Amino acid sequence: MRTIGIPEIEDIALGAALLGAGGGGDPYVGKLVAIGAVKECGPVKLLDPEEVPDDALIVPIAMMGAPTVLCEKAVGGSEYKTLYDTVSSFFGKPIYAFMPMEAGGVNSMLPIAAAARLGLPLVDVDGMGRAFPELQMVTFTIGGGSATPMALVDEKGNSCIFKTITNKWTEELARAVTMACGGSVSVSLYPMEGAFMKQYGVHGIVTRSQKLGAAIRTMKEVADATPEEEFFRITGGHKLFRGKIGDVLREVRAGFNFGKVVLEGIYEYKGRQAYVEFQNENLTATVDGEILCTTPDLICLVDQETFTPVPTDALKYGKRVLVVGLECFPLWRTPEGLALVGPRYFGVDTDYIPLEERCKGGRG
Amino acid sequence: MYKLGIDVGGTNTDAVLIDENLQVVASVKRHTTPDAYDGILDAVRAVLEESGVDRAEIGQAMLGTTQCTNAIVERKHLAPIGILRIGAPATVGIPPMVDWAEDLRAIAADTAVIAGGFEYDGKELSPFDEAAARIFFAGLKDKGVHSVAISCVFSTVRDDHERLAAKLCREVMGEDVHVSISSEIGSMGLIERENATILNAALYQVSQSFTEGFARSLADLGVANAQIYLSQNDGTLMTMDYAKRYPILTIACGPTNSIRGASYLSQLRDAIVIDVGGTTTDLGVIQHGFPRESGVAVTIGGVRTNFRMPDVVSIGLGGGSIVRQRPDGSVTVGPDSVGYKITEDALCFGGSVCTATDIAVRLGMVDLGDRQKVMHLDEGFARRAMEAITTLAEEALDAMKVSAGDVDVILVGGGSIILPEKLSGARNVVKPAVGGVANAIGSAISKVSGTCEKLMDYNEIPREQALAQAKSEAVELAVKAGAVRETVEIIDVEDVPLQYYPGNTCRVKVKAAGDLA
Repeated sequence: MRTIGIPEIEDIALGAALLGAGGGGDPYVGKLVAIGAVKECGPVKLLDPEEVPDDALIVPIAMMGAPTVLCEKAVGGSEYKTLYDTVSSFFGKPIYAFMPMEAGGVNSMLPIAAAARLGLPLVDVDGMGRAFPELQMVTFTIGGGSATPMALVDEKGNSCIFKTITNKWTEELARAVTMACGGSVSVSLYPMEGAFMKQYGVHGIVTRSQKLGAAIRTMKEVADATPEEEFFRITGGHKLFRGKIGDVLREVRAGFNFGKVVLEGIYEYKGRQAYVEFQNENLTATVDGEILCTTPDLICLVDQETFTPVPTDALKYGKRVLVVGLECFPLWRTPEGLALVGPRYFGVDTDYIPLEERCKGGRG
Repeated sequence: MYKLGIDVGGTNTDAVLIDENLQVVASVKRHTTPDAYDGILDAVRAVLEESGVDRAEIGQAMLGTTQCTNAIVERKHLAPIGILRIGAPATVGIPPMVDWAEDLRAIAADTAVIAGGFEYDGKELSPFDEAAARIFFAGLKDKGVHSVAISCVFSTVRDDHERLAAKLCREVMGEDVHVSISSEIGSMGLIERENATILNAALYQVSQSFTEGFARSLADLGVANAQIYLSQNDGTLMTMDYAKRYPILTIACGPTNSIRGASYLSQLRDAIVIDVGGTTTDLGVIQHGFPRESGVAVTIGGVRTNFRMPDVVSIGLGGGSIVRQRPDGSVTVGPDSVGYKITEDALCFGGSVCTATDIAVRLGMVDLGDRQKVMHLDEGFARRAMEAITTLAEEALDAMKVSAGDVDVILVGGGSIILPEKLSGARNVVKPAVGGVANAIGSAISKVSGTCEKLMDYNEIPREQALAQAKSEAVELAVKAGAVRETVEIIDVEDVPLQYYPGNTCRVKVKAAGDLA
């Protein structure tokens, strides 16, 4: 067990932007929500998953809705208390700890605020190890977990909890309530027992985020390696490409951001071409016509000078970026995992081959 | 009739006089003084003497100044203010200024988050708590506060509550209280918009002192008939009265003026401007005659804001950049510089430091100082240094491009002598005469503008109609700011589809600009 204060939040937010793999929403507002809560209520205890009793009730916290609305309305002061009351009275037992559902992007931050406001610990675990666009895309689905009973509350004090027959219904109902409440709500979903969390969760992801963030922050101070060597050493990432953004194509369909960013190689990649396709998060990276990385492995674009993550909504012509591949959580590489988040689910007609195998043979 | 343009930078205060046909009659460069006032007085006096024009013939005087930026960065002369946010029960999880540096937070005399605000579709989030607003303003009055920043959730969609609060504020605190409301200052994103509004409120004394100081210095010099304007960072002008209300809009007007001045001098409306100073080089893009805006949140003195700023990249290369040879024979240029001491420290001026300027003199690119004093430099070394200088400029140039093709490049600034006439990636390199004072020229030739930004649902109002509506609102705003209606043209139209919103909601932004009367 250790504690999360304001400096830790800063680093986790930066790491979460990288784990967002292009999506997940800008952690900035989430970071302020976490900082606001910690300033008012004190730091948060972070528990290793193994410290949690098997029968304890663990509740993931997230926001649902439009990031642009979150940037206006942020979060009020009482949503997490309302969530706690709604969920614990449903189960007839107290919540032992909160956890993030999605370590990438803005949802990495909100559980920290919830834990601070309720004086509960946070568990160092999530259900993705990154960011994904849809509700069922969590490791807990592989284990047969259900998103419901799912609680939704808004800042005005409205709350509801529903049990649904399918994930599709969950998505439909949650979306309708979210819009009626003003476009952004706080939610708890996939409530679970400690034993299940330990079996299917991505352990140590909050700590990994913090380490990644700290590394990006201090990259330039490294003495015995170039910042780039250090970046790849700490992230364990694979270099896929270095290029200048030549074009960005975007389209909004059914509430998702689809698009493709075209890169022209620079320096050691001069004369070569690459593109990255995305649906909120980056889906595939293709260099000289050959796919080098696909979901569920993480494809991250970072500024080639500062290593700051570049989300898909900040892509613009002329920006110089490194394209980095990070290996995903092993459970995603199973047939069950790939059915949920593999390339074919996103309409990309290719088999999943692990990043490290695709990159063999001196490429990257 | 003449126009007088002045630019107060960190190191130099430049002044130019321009005639009716927008031809430069005279230009001077003087040192900036700590209070700015003496430097302006000095520069204006000199340009009047040099030109010999009748002072009564000066009809307009335009000032671009860095004083607001300096006040924030140095935390000087900022006023104590009250901060009111309307939006509870939303937003209370993030108190105002939550991530500001301690020393800058001290400007807040009192803060409150009260009920009110709107949803994304303009529906009321909660009713405006008038009683709480009154109590807050009365408390500020007792504390002797004279400036208030008001923000409200989704005030970019509906500004009713902000306006109501501003009216109450004047009622309670008196008509002369300075009120800044967020819908007039920032764009979407409450926290960044609120931050910009807070800075604006805190700058009111600074803007009062520089606008009045400028008017006084002109009056003291007998320039009695001039209308006075201040430069904004979008390349357009505002009146003194407007500048007192929106001082934050002056931030970063220096690079903007340089870009506009360069465009005017070269008669190019689409190009990349490279402004080489003593220590740094700023690169900016001119599109349709106006500087390209930055698309990302801008941090000023550590505070994240979202109000418009020119998209400018600075690199550590200038006329005073120090040139060194490494043991392996390779040559480095900058980023450190002798700065304003170039006329003492550079080799060609009898000093002992080898600077980028000395390299240009050694290679015969420019006749400056005493060439004999640099002839001992090895020619191979000088060529390698020039290669390093050129590479720095070319890489920065490429990063600023919007498409892969070659572009026109305009070279301005006192240090532009260090760059060659050919750069890779540039179709043409234009070096206008009097490019050294491009910023003051940019200030003198500026137009006035208006911007309309709102969320529109294209399913309710068809796109064509929605854009037409936004355009006409932008034109009205430009006219309100002082533009002659017949000269107003739309200079920028942007619509961005928004994810998750019902229907086909887009963020529409239109900017219009026209000539001054």
